[in-house]
Amino acid sequence: MIRFDDVTVAAGSVTLLDRLSLAIEPGPPTVLIGPNGAGKTTLLRLAMGLLAPTAGSVTRTDERRAIVFQRPTMLRRSAAANIRYASAGSDRTRELLALVGLEHAADRPARRLSAGEQQRLALARALARDPTILFLDEPTASLDPGSTKAVEDVIRTVSERGIKIVMSTHDLGEARRLAGEVVLLHRARLVETGFAPSFFDAPRTEEARRFIAGELLV
Amino acid sequence: MPEHLSALDLVLTGDPALFAIVRLSIAVSFSAVLLAAVLGVPLGAAIALSSFPGRDAAIVMLNAMMGLPPVVIGLVVYLALSHSGPLGAWGLLFTPQAMVIAQTILVTPIIAALARQTIEDLWLEYRDELTAMEVGPMRRIATLVWDARFSLITALLAGFGRAAAEVGAVIIVGGNIDGFTRTMTTAIALETSKGDLPLAIGLGLVLIAIVVAVNALAWALRRAAERLAG
Repeated sequence: MIRFDDVTVAAGSVTLLDRLSLAIEPGPPTVLIGPNGAGKTTLLRLAMGLLAPTAGSVTRTDERRAIVFQRPTMLRRSAAANIRYASAGSDRTRELLALVGLEHAADRPARRLSAGEQQRLALARALARDPTILFLDEPTASLDPGSTKAVEDVIRTVSERGIKIVMSTHDLGEARRLAGEVVLLHRARLVETGFAPSFFDAPRTEEARRFIAGELLV
Repeated sequence: MPEHLSALDLVLTGDPALFAIVRLSIAVSFSAVLLAAVLGVPLGAAIALSSFPGRDAAIVMLNAMMGLPPVVIGLVVYLALSHSGPLGAWGLLFTPQAMVIAQTILVTPIIAALARQTIEDLWLEYRDELTAMEVGPMRRIATLVWDARFSLITALLAGFGRAAAEVGAVIIVGGNIDGFTRTMTTAIALETSKGDLPLAIGLGLVLIAIVVAVNALAWALRRAAERLAG
């Protein structure tokens, strides 16, 4: 679906991604993990096409992309109108509100919803674009456990419907619950990638062992 | 009778001369604000969302034009509309239309500059989402103007306040003709110089009441709409 070949992204003298090569294929969710500042958000923005690589290349097959940012911005209109705004074609507002459990909030101003509800609405809005691949940047950061579970349930459902999920998280528990494939980034470099069970049970690199043990903090 | 009481009488009894002046003033200022909004909001949005050489200088100029002296605008419009001027053939000098033109020129930079700032701030907030949704330039402008509508009302109010209160431009291009181009501000200036203080005070009271009422109405609309749209 997406290939990154020897990709570097730099902002001035700061390297945000350093010679990264990775292939994202259809299938269960790909979860990007790593400490803060590792390059997870940069990789998602690059994959989405919001950033251009400084060096290297990004190759995409013909897919429809959508993204949910870590702090999604709700348009100043109702929850339903936010979804309608993003709709790619037929109006699936009711279906999508039901999917994320927000039928009751259809007519409420989107900005008045709780953080958890806004995150679910952002998911519904992204799905309104009928994507084949959906990028999620720390979709449950700063949510309470109940809201986290609600968002994770939606992610699972969406993935089961065949939409490729590529998401970042710094929550190892979430990565274990959702990941099919894990990509560990550290200090702008790809350190290790592999299927989730083998990554967590038998990490190949020292960084991965330390990250899983909670010792790799920066 | 004390002068402020006779002024109140003129207002409360609906003195025809006084209310003819009030009607003209409202018509001229509202028309000017409407035209200035049609010109100023898209201009502000275009500057907010575009990048071109000299953009910073254009923003500084636009902001500076908010302080244009009304008498200078009046003079320029007078020269343009006078018989020997480039637009003299229109025959608009000393008509309400000339007053609308002058006030539109006065108010457009205020609305454009405030709209530019409002829309640029909202664009910073929306940029990632609208870019990710592949929203095109025209829909982007429409979205930002619509979502900034409550803040833009404040820009329109600032413009209305400026138009309703100014005297220098309308007195030059309107000529302060009784029953034709006499507005509240020009009448206040004239009646005060003639010593007819009750009419001047009465007009002053009405002018203040109109400005307060327009602002109160806009504030109430804004609060109600915010409750509905967030």
